[in-house]
Amino acid sequence: GLMGAAGMARAQEAEELVPSAWEDITQYNNFYEFGTGKGDPARNAHTLTTEPWTVVIDGLVDNPGDYSMEQIMDAMTFEERIYRFRCVEAWSMVIPWNGFELADLLTLAGVQEGGKYVAFETALRPDEMPGVRFPTLDWPYVEGLRMDEAMHPLTIMATGIYDKTIPNQNGAPMRLVVPWKYGFKSIKSIVRITVTEDEPPTSWNKANGREYGFYSNVNPEVDHPRWSQASERVVGGGLFSKRQPTLMFNGYEDEVASLYAGMDLRANY
Amino acid sequence: MADRINQVARKVPTWAVYIVSLIPVPVLLYMAQTGGLGREPIGALEHKLGEIALQLVIVGLCISPLRRFAGVNLIRFRRAVGVLAFIYVLLHLLVWAVLDVQTLDRVIADVIKRPYITIGMAAFVLMVPLALTSNNMSVRWLGPVWRRLHLLTYPIAILASVHFIWLSKGFQLEPLVYLSVILGLLALRVPALVKKVAA
Repeated sequence: GLMGAAGMARAQEAEELVPSAWEDITQYNNFYEFGTGKGDPARNAHTLTTEPWTVVIDGLVDNPGDYSMEQIMDAMTFEERIYRFRCVEAWSMVIPWNGFELADLLTLAGVQEGGKYVAFETALRPDEMPGVRFPTLDWPYVEGLRMDEAMHPLTIMATGIYDKTIPNQNGAPMRLVVPWKYGFKSIKSIVRITVTEDEPPTSWNKANGREYGFYSNVNPEVDHPRWSQASERVVGGGLFSKRQPTLMFNGYEDEVASLYAGMDLRANY
Repeated sequence: MADRINQVARKVPTWAVYIVSLIPVPVLLYMAQTGGLGREPIGALEHKLGEIALQLVIVGLCISPLRRFAGVNLIRFRRAVGVLAFIYVLLHLLVWAVLDVQTLDRVIADVIKRPYITIGMAAFVLMVPLALTSNNMSVRWLGPVWRRLHLLTYPIAILASVHFIWLSKGFQLEPLVYLSVILGLLALRVPALVKKVAA
């Protein structure tokens, strides 16, 4: 079935994809809660307390409530996923995540009949996050997925990178990873997951709806209004690295294109 | 205080201003190669050069108000500051075109299609005649036209700071500070301009 096909495609890719250096993955980040500079999160995120950590799962689920990180970790099956990571700013990396499928967590919570979307929320802690003193975005950071996107086997919750605990700047203790969407969809340091009937608001869409849509699938044919999305700069290549072409759905077209069959990807950017 | 500064400033040769102001170029290139600009040096170098250029534009705009309102006379460095700003803009543009965008057709497409790049490019194009006429011969030849031509500095400064605001994501403070400072420095000139027009 779908799982098998996706697994095979992943295995093939894992051979081709060369993971970025640990330093690139952990020192070049966007996490505006800790500052807008690419080095700010690595410098500032150590102040985030990640233990204890509780995730509220609520909305249209059978088992709503506070889930401790330990509870979640104990219940999930972990594996490594080496994924391309493509930022909307046209840079990219390859990241060896450790995590579990979001579908498993949603199944644990028990998605009810009317649940069509999943909303996510990042921690908002002014004492620990110097970036939230200024309204760069409308805090807290929120994101969302359609239910079929959330249940897709490629969609994971990551708690580690390179078999190490995920660093705070990368979204500790648990962050979403949706490899076929621009990086900002993969919300970090999640404290709430809500199953909803209606499409939830998302932070960048609220900040600038013309530039950032709800779907934000990686698409080299649909440019950002301010820059081209046709190619990307690979982080870690140094001063003279060549741009590489951006792939449709970030290279996961075979696995996910069917989710958007019949949809105008230009209108639903 | 102003007299002391003027005394010291008279002893500083303008070539020293060039040398000191160009030190960041080799330093930034070295840092870019050795990780000092972070894990992705192309964008970092590009932004750093643009930022220095904008700062030099602001320094240039400070010179005449400093004389008018504080009695500090740094007029003899103004040409150097302007030429240096142009050099940094040129380097910023080169890093963007050659190292970042990498192909000519994409450079052209970006200039045409992306308003914030169009604005940045417009600021650069307006700077070219100013750089070309930054010599004594041009000042003599052009006479009063030279003064009017160099009023282009004002729209250049505004275009450059709007370029910075436009390329930023989300609501960010730093680019707004640059625009405010520039608008403030231009506002200081309004009374004198009004007087001139009235006279």
